[in-house]
Amino acid sequence: MADAVHCDIVIVGAGPAGLAAAGVAAGSGASVVLLDANERAGGQVWRHDVEHTTPARIRRRIARARQSDRVRFMARTAVVAVEGNRLLLEQPQGGQWLSFGSLILATGARELLLPFPGWTLPGVTGAGGLQALAKQGWPLAGRRVVIAGSGPLLLAAAATARRHGAHVLGVFEQAVSMHRFAAGLWRWPGKAWQAAVLRGRLAGVPYRQGSVVTRARGDGQVREVDIDGPHGRERLACDLLGVGYGLVPDVRLAQMLGCRLERDGAHPRVAVDTHQRSSRPDVYAAGEACGIGGRDSAWLEGAIAACAAIGATSRWAALQRRRRHARAFAAHLHRHFALDARIRSLAERDTTICRCEDVPMAALDACDDARAAKLASRCGMGACQGRICGTALAELGRFMPENPRPPLFPVRLETLAVDPGQTPAS
Amino acid sequence: MTSTYDLIVVGAGMIGAACAERASSEGMKVLVVEPGVVGGGVTAASMGHLVAVDGAPAELALAGYSETLWESLRDLPGSEYDRCGTLWVAADEADMGRISGMRGRLAAAGVTSEAVDAAQLRRLEPALAPSLAGGLLVASEGIVYPPAVARELLARACRLGAEIRRARAIALGDHALTLDDGERVQGTVLVATGAAVPELLPELPLRLRKGHLVITERHQGLIRHQLVQLHYADSAHGETDSVAFNVQPRPTGQILIGSSREYDRPDPGVSLPMVRRMLACAFAFVPALRHLQALRIWTGQRPASVDGLPYLGPVPTRRGVWVAAGHEGHGICTAPGSARLLVDRLLGRETALDMRPYDPARVLA
Amino acid sequence: MSARVEISINGRRLHVPEGISVAAAIARAGQPFRRSLRGEPRAPCCGMGVCFECRVGIDGRPHQRACMVNVCDGMRIDTDG
Repeated sequence: MADAVHCDIVIVGAGPAGLAAAGVAAGSGASVVLLDANERAGGQVWRHDVEHTTPARIRRRIARARQSDRVRFMARTAVVAVEGNRLLLEQPQGGQWLSFGSLILATGARELLLPFPGWTLPGVTGAGGLQALAKQGWPLAGRRVVIAGSGPLLLAAAATARRHGAHVLGVFEQAVSMHRFAAGLWRWPGKAWQAAVLRGRLAGVPYRQGSVVTRARGDGQVREVDIDGPHGRERLACDLLGVGYGLVPDVRLAQMLGCRLERDGAHPRVAVDTHQRSSRPDVYAAGEACGIGGRDSAWLEGAIAACAAIGATSRWAALQRRRRHARAFAAHLHRHFALDARIRSLAERDTTICRCEDVPMAALDACDDARAAKLASRCGMGACQGRICGTALAELGRFMPENPRPPLFPVRLETLAVDPGQTPAS
Repeated sequence: MTSTYDLIVVGAGMIGAACAERASSEGMKVLVVEPGVVGGGVTAASMGHLVAVDGAPAELALAGYSETLWESLRDLPGSEYDRCGTLWVAADEADMGRISGMRGRLAAAGVTSEAVDAAQLRRLEPALAPSLAGGLLVASEGIVYPPAVARELLARACRLGAEIRRARAIALGDHALTLDDGERVQGTVLVATGAAVPELLPELPLRLRKGHLVITERHQGLIRHQLVQLHYADSAHGETDSVAFNVQPRPTGQILIGSSREYDRPDPGVSLPMVRRMLACAFAFVPALRHLQALRIWTGQRPASVDGLPYLGPVPTRRGVWVAAGHEGHGICTAPGSARLLVDRLLGRETALDMRPYDPARVLA
Repeated sequence: MSARVEISINGRRLHVPEGISVAAAIARAGQPFRRSLRGEPRAPCCGMGVCFECRVGIDGRPHQRACMVNVCDGMRIDTDG
């Protein structure tokens, strides 16, 4: 457990941004650690699918990034605390400290899950959540699935569900300007192609705009969902409901490291310069953590960050141009999938807001901030450490989550007690 | 614009809320001034233990008196009152030698306890390390959830006619208080602002002692009593940074782990080295804690007087200003006693305890 | 993915494909996941280790996220649903 106490470049997160960073850093001669809480690399968008072989193109990218003699890949590893330039890591076999020369944050995003009546029923998941569950072997064959919420992720999730044998009853998108979104795709031929492929895979699956799931019903398991659409209400019987309202940057580790965040909406992102450097000189950030932009900009930003970390600036200009183009797609996406205000009033007074501690919305009536809510109702005191309820409450315009404190994830006490010992400090 | 009250309580933490409730129940016209969340300061960070800690007779007397009064607060909604009992743990024979003296001092304060040997200790708490020598069981003690108790006491005070002003007190006058919204209120002022006392009363010597707490996931049944090592009393009365074993089974099934003490560390951030020391100490007593998961770590500041006894009474350097502060780590337990003593003294009645040991004049005359 | 492993869920032994998650295995076995504080049945929601709804006991360790762990031969899974 005591090897690798120091590493020149530590990359947190093995999705596209982290893998790109690892690929660039591996060629530099620096010692590189790539770590991820999952069992395999790929993040969410390149998550290993138990039933379908990963496309060769992606397998090659992952393999190139991992180049095992140059990059040490630590799977099932979570960062739980920070002290200066040292990270406390937890793995199933125990905890250890790792100090870094440079740190590249590629912590990605999580799905925006918003409360509505029945959202805690078994069988109600995120849309990206359903896709993740499908890929990890969740039984979907013959199940009736409804996909709802917002964003292109809905199409990807529906396609994955179908590929795993589900009967997708429909995709219900709350936005109304899909034709304008599609019309603008000519600027990103790769995206237009992806969209066309997805539409092909979803032939026969109804796709409705301006539609919102308002309630999930069932007796210990979801059985039906109510949908409000432009032509009125309908009720669909189903086995699974995958509903998500887009993605939100995962900035908690960045906050713990003292990186500055910026925000032009409900959810902050890590502030970086054009070299992906954060406000902390030894910490870079790339990909969704810097703002939702999709896998292409994540890949480019991971490469840019690693170039900066190893001091190889010759490729920067070319990467920059491609990155700007990729990020412009993100802006296009953001414009057309903005959330309708009615999403924010789906929850009723007795709808659970804090799933971990079973706190209903009504319990937060007199609370002006997250801390007051916590002390009054236990909202945010549970196992998810306020990730789900905190993000939802920010989107609902109630208040921002508190700053995270260690541990970043629930962690075994014996891990917290591990002494950094001889691990070099800055 | 001025209004007049019989008592203006500054600060709605446990101490302020208890005083407001007591004063209101005696028919006093009470105003409570609090800018933030009720019970959101020192109170929110505390362990909520109702424990008499071995020390000076005046300390123990206040704790014993308060524990009797806690009986009537057991049913406050949300209080999570749990009479789990306290088990003081002797690490070795030297610790065991202190038990009978401690038992006598607790008894003098009205707190009944029972010495236990090593075998009895294991039976009471199978999770304790086998090498421990024994201890002292105080079966009548327990734990509460302080923010809820403070809220409920304040609500009771309001039902009895108390008013609350959401404002910050910025200056003390002669039987008067100026608020940050420009209003000036008149009446006897009781400063109960916990760690912020020096802002209004800089002449009152108060030092803050930072503490850490860790709470685990739900692991029902591992421990049954709140467990404290004998050395905790030394740590509480000491002058240096220290840790002392103290764990509680919360009614939620989570385990709360303390304790640490550091002087002059105003930064509220978590110190991992201090947490490591605290955990190492805890593992020595309950080895199985190693395998539990921590969900949260937080810190708090204990407002400490110069001598381990709180300041309860009129401030001699002011006119019409009283103080209830400086309880260090015992403010939750001693809140009911502090409130009753103060209000009795305010009303000119005989008090249940001699209040001279707590008189602010001892440090300010 | 034709290789299979033997695991037990709530004392019942079964064979599942290698490489699936513990969450997927529990769902395939039709077993419950967990109960909330108020006793409501809960199951995986986010699928990626954020919501902690999928917590189960794995090989004697409680509070493990089932969606973050793959099955392996001989694994013992306990749920409190």
